[in-house]
Amino acid sequence: MIPATDPVVLSAHDRASRNLQLTGDGQLRHFITLDGLDLVMLTDILDTADSFIEVGERTIKKVPLLRGRTVVNLFFESSTRTRSTFELAAKRLSADVLNLDISTSATSKGETLSDTLLNLEAMASDMFVVRHSQSGAPHFIAESVTPGVAIINAGDGRHAHPTQAMLDMLTIRQNKGSFEGLRVAIVGDILHSRVARSQIRALQTLGVAEVRLIAPGTLLPADAESLGCTIEYDMRRGMADLDVVIMLRLQKERMEGALLPSEREFYRLYGLDTEKLALAKPDCIVMHPGPINRGVEIESAVADGPQSVILNQVTNGIAIRMAVMSMAMSGQVADRAARVRAQEADQ
Amino acid sequence: MTDIPEVPVLLDRLEQRLKDFLEEKGIDRPLLVGIRTGGVWLAEALHARLGLIEPWGELDISFYRDDFSRIGLNPRVTPSHLPFETEDRDLVLVDDVIMSGRTIRAAMNELFDYGRPSSISLVALIDLGERELPIQPDVAACPLKLPPHQRVKLTGPQPLAVEIREVRA
Amino acid sequence: MSKTLRIDGARLPGQESPLSVLVSDGRIKAVGAELTGAEAVQVIDAAGLTLMPGFVDLCCNLREPGNGQKGNIASETRAAARGGYTTVCASPDTSPVNDSGAVTHLVRDVARARSGIRVLPIGAATRGLSGELLSDMVGLKAAGCVAFSNGSRAMANARILRRCMAYARTFDLTLMLQPLNQALAADGYAHDGRVAARLGLLGVPEVAETAAVMEMLLLAEETGVRLHLGQLSCGRSVAMVAEARARGVTVSADVAMHQLLFTEEALSGFDSRYHVVPPLRSEADRKALLEGVESGVIDAIVSQHQPHDSAAKQAPLGVTEPGLSTVESVFSMGLTLVRRGELSFAALTRALTTGPASIIGQRSEIAEGAEASLGLWDLNGEWRARPDTIRSVGQHVPVPNEPLPGVLRWTIHGGEVVCRPD
Repeated sequence: MIPATDPVVLSAHDRASRNLQLTGDGQLRHFITLDGLDLVMLTDILDTADSFIEVGERTIKKVPLLRGRTVVNLFFESSTRTRSTFELAAKRLSADVLNLDISTSATSKGETLSDTLLNLEAMASDMFVVRHSQSGAPHFIAESVTPGVAIINAGDGRHAHPTQAMLDMLTIRQNKGSFEGLRVAIVGDILHSRVARSQIRALQTLGVAEVRLIAPGTLLPADAESLGCTIEYDMRRGMADLDVVIMLRLQKERMEGALLPSEREFYRLYGLDTEKLALAKPDCIVMHPGPINRGVEIESAVADGPQSVILNQVTNGIAIRMAVMSMAMSGQVADRAARVRAQEADQ
Repeated sequence: MTDIPEVPVLLDRLEQRLKDFLEEKGIDRPLLVGIRTGGVWLAEALHARLGLIEPWGELDISFYRDDFSRIGLNPRVTPSHLPFETEDRDLVLVDDVIMSGRTIRAAMNELFDYGRPSSISLVALIDLGERELPIQPDVAACPLKLPPHQRVKLTGPQPLAVEIREVRA
Repeated sequence: MSKTLRIDGARLPGQESPLSVLVSDGRIKAVGAELTGAEAVQVIDAAGLTLMPGFVDLCCNLREPGNGQKGNIASETRAAARGGYTTVCASPDTSPVNDSGAVTHLVRDVARARSGIRVLPIGAATRGLSGELLSDMVGLKAAGCVAFSNGSRAMANARILRRCMAYARTFDLTLMLQPLNQALAADGYAHDGRVAARLGLLGVPEVAETAAVMEMLLLAEETGVRLHLGQLSCGRSVAMVAEARARGVTVSADVAMHQLLFTEEALSGFDSRYHVVPPLRSEADRKALLEGVESGVIDAIVSQHQPHDSAAKQAPLGVTEPGLSTVESVFSMGLTLVRRGELSFAALTRALTTGPASIIGQRSEIAEGAEASLGLWDLNGEWRARPDTIRSVGQHVPVPNEPLPGVLRWTIHGGEVVCRPD
């Protein structure tokens, strides 16, 4: 496509993301990014997840929605924790689950990603849950595999981790009732965080009053202002009026690239302790996508304290994943029906 | 034109037949469970008429339908709500219209995921026949035969009314 | 009897009256309206077509020597001829690298046998393009290299760069360098701007280029080398080149056509097609680059043609190979800019002909006695770049399947028809 003379901010990307992820009649068929998904869709996901939370409280925590379907966990970057929640979610939907740790198998034998995918497709898979170290890998997979396989993004590079963001949104909605008027801060390593990028997008679409990014300049992306957030370097000042504070995990290797001097200095400036938390609203909730580095980004007393909702986040994770998996599979069903209709019309 | 009595008449009939049925079965503490949406309205109405103390339940069978592979997920699914233990209890499943019996199969599958009830009985306001599964209502207020171009639907909740609509082939 | 060719009915750009061109022994013998009676072995009816000088490309990857799956001299010069080019400079980043007379001779020999157009090898400035040891530049010049570059790789450090310049200056060699500070670019593959921020792409900051431009300009000023900066991507770079030139530094510059048409937005949706080095930058940069071409600060527009096999682009964005298959689309992309009023036709033509030609001591003109290297274009026609229309091995064209203005009908090089209508 020849670009227009004055490109509008990311509208092309939003359009592309919407077209990739939604069926002709607006149903979810892949869940790769929150870009291009509107308020109605995000609310539908949260509502559907609410129904799955109820399922999780039953004696038998399983529904037959995806019975006979095969879900492949394609983890090019290993993560036991995330993989387990996806696996549990798929099993609670009655799907058959295949776990492939590609980081150690195919690619090390020189097989290209495309070849790996073709092989998996031949196994009649219905859904790939993809985690990859490269931003955009699920986009690539969704565009290059044959139609009929739903792609769920379980985290790609620095780009997106939409199920994590949506489970955080569910936690916020459970605690705050709605998103209206909320001031939410995301603190720490924004630059490398796919979770932060998805959270920012989700919060903006759901209509919070303010998303505040609190980090040193070395841990913010270039042109961070273009993300539509308030930027704050001073965490003490940044805590004012907060309803929600989301702490990000700090990777140890950030010290090596000269992005930070030391864990100690980072904790003093950007770690969430009782004293800094007291500067936020009294009912401010504390969130963390985990796993927590106690004493690096958050004080134990805060992580385990009354304002922490970190454990709710784990329960909500399974419900959100059940919701997007069943919705995406449903979209694939609709897509298939539309293809059959189109074929019949052709003949 | 098909002639059906007004809903209050049907409800009177349903209440009486259900009372008779429960008495005959020796069920004195039934738990009503309505299937969304029409069944819930009926369960609420019957709950009041029977003067039950324990709350009624609401079932959303979206996750249990057998036509997922053809029509996908109901976009408006809401949580089922059974505010009681079902283990060893006598459940009365309430729906507005019974036809193929597939909804009831899905509802029974769902009920069993909450525990093992002592019994499940079925109440339907209107019985259209046309069964595709070996499932029959224990109590129904009104049998009805519809030509292929018509559908019946309970509208509500205030007031409850039975509506017959023409559908295009 | 000498070989003659007559072109009838063509127009020069912007002119109304059709004219004829008489070609004999590879040269233009006469240009005028009254030549229709002149005898010729071959006559081309060019009614409705516009006569352009053959284009000159300073940066073109022909992929030979190499394993062939990305293209070869025959396939890629055929593509270049289709793009209206009659002279292409062959980049040294082949396999093996063109850092020895043997490789230079190989390129020239293959070109002589398989290419209809002129292929001028660019020698590697450092051995293996490693950026550490100087190559035998004088020997390479003798073998036929017209200039020296380090491909898209940076020199190891400023000391090597300075010595490379000083050595090139001694023997009056032209250095064509792509400015890039590798430490600042690191593993980046996208402009470090709002798209990278939103999509979590690894960014190449603008300063990775501008810091290198400044360093190169200062060293060029000191050493007096003839410096050509290749494939600029930042507006700031253009300003710095203009300022240095005003100060008397011998520096010229080029820009790749895709930098004038696309911005960072092209990577929305992670489209690996638009993974190029340097990365596509902001709209402000694009505007400044266009102004640079218009004003002449940027002497040349290059294709930076980089054909690939399809697998090279079939992967997540960050691990795909950079580059577009552009050589057949360059002029049409330029005409798109002209139609939008973003670039004048005169500046476009200059940047594809006399501008690049002068940097490598060549000529590109339509005049009596000049080499008969010409393109005949249907400027009002449109075409689409598709597998069945593209001759390059590389199918990752910059503007796929969309109507593009300007259809090449004939290319003539040295009096020979090297591309004719399908």
